[in-house]
Amino acid sequence: MKAKVYVTLKPSVLDPQGKAIHHSVESLGFKNIGDIRQGKYFEIALDGDLTESAAKESAERIAKDVLANPVIEDYRVEITS
Amino acid sequence: MKFGVVVFPGSNCDHDAYHVVSKHVGQPVDFIWHQETDLSGFDAVIVPGGFSYGDYLRAGALARFSPVMKAIKQFAADGKFVFGICNGFQILCEAGLLPGALMRNAGLHFICKHVNLRLENQNTPFTTGVDPAKVLSIPIAHAEGNYTCDDATFNSLEENGQIVFRYCDENGEVTDAANPNGARSNIAGICNLDRNVLGMMPHPERACEEMLGSNDGRDIFRSLTSAIAHIQA
Repeated sequence: MKAKVYVTLKPSVLDPQGKAIHHSVESLGFKNIGDIRQGKYFEIALDGDLTESAAKESAERIAKDVLANPVIEDYRVEITS
Repeated sequence: MKFGVVVFPGSNCDHDAYHVVSKHVGQPVDFIWHQETDLSGFDAVIVPGGFSYGDYLRAGALARFSPVMKAIKQFAADGKFVFGICNGFQILCEAGLLPGALMRNAGLHFICKHVNLRLENQNTPFTTGVDPAKVLSIPIAHAEGNYTCDDATFNSLEENGQIVFRYCDENGEVTDAANPNGARSNIAGICNLDRNVLGMMPHPERACEEMLGSNDGRDIFRSLTSAIAHIQA
């Protein structure tokens, strides 16, 4: 079973890296880009015969305790087989 | 009295801190390897600058899980002094010993230069000997020094006098132009509610000798030494 974890900056937090990327994209000629925000993506391979809910529970805890800093970031977990 | 300087894989200001404590403060100091779990015998622990664990994931994020951090949390809870500088500040925020977080500099660049600092609270064990009328010249060297926190945290920091240093201009005015990294309200250093834990992005250990351009950092280390001596008296 695999967990995909997406970590993104909270909407209220400014993202200077996303802004710089946005400028670069615009310089390529794309004029209709409203905003770009940078995040992180993790793939976690979970061993054993976990139920989907147990896998989700583990991944949620990993995301909350390690992968994301709750002061500035949100996370979202998806479980795939 | 004994100081400790924590060493993580990737710390690189540990020897500077050690040098300042032994030479300019004149107190015994030992390195503390990050696997250590016993801090008995120490009165103050410095969490130094550098790139612990290569700044992987986020600056300071992985150092938080080192065995020594559990001991440092207890050390702080016991009222002993913890001083985080630069990466040390980032680690203390990640570990929850100080509120808020340090994000990528607003201008994205790694900035290495002397900045002007204004003392905002002299009533901490780290700053009793710092002249509040003086604009301090202390270097920064970081890419993630952009202090951020939510409004509730910011208000409680202000109300409780936990904002200890702010970036300012040469006249001591706190202005946007004097803010090197986009930090909220020009915050350069904060302490916890009990004032025994301080974190700051500028490097006072690099400003203790005239030949290095400034010795304004000495007063911080000397204040801390006085605070320990006062407790032991």
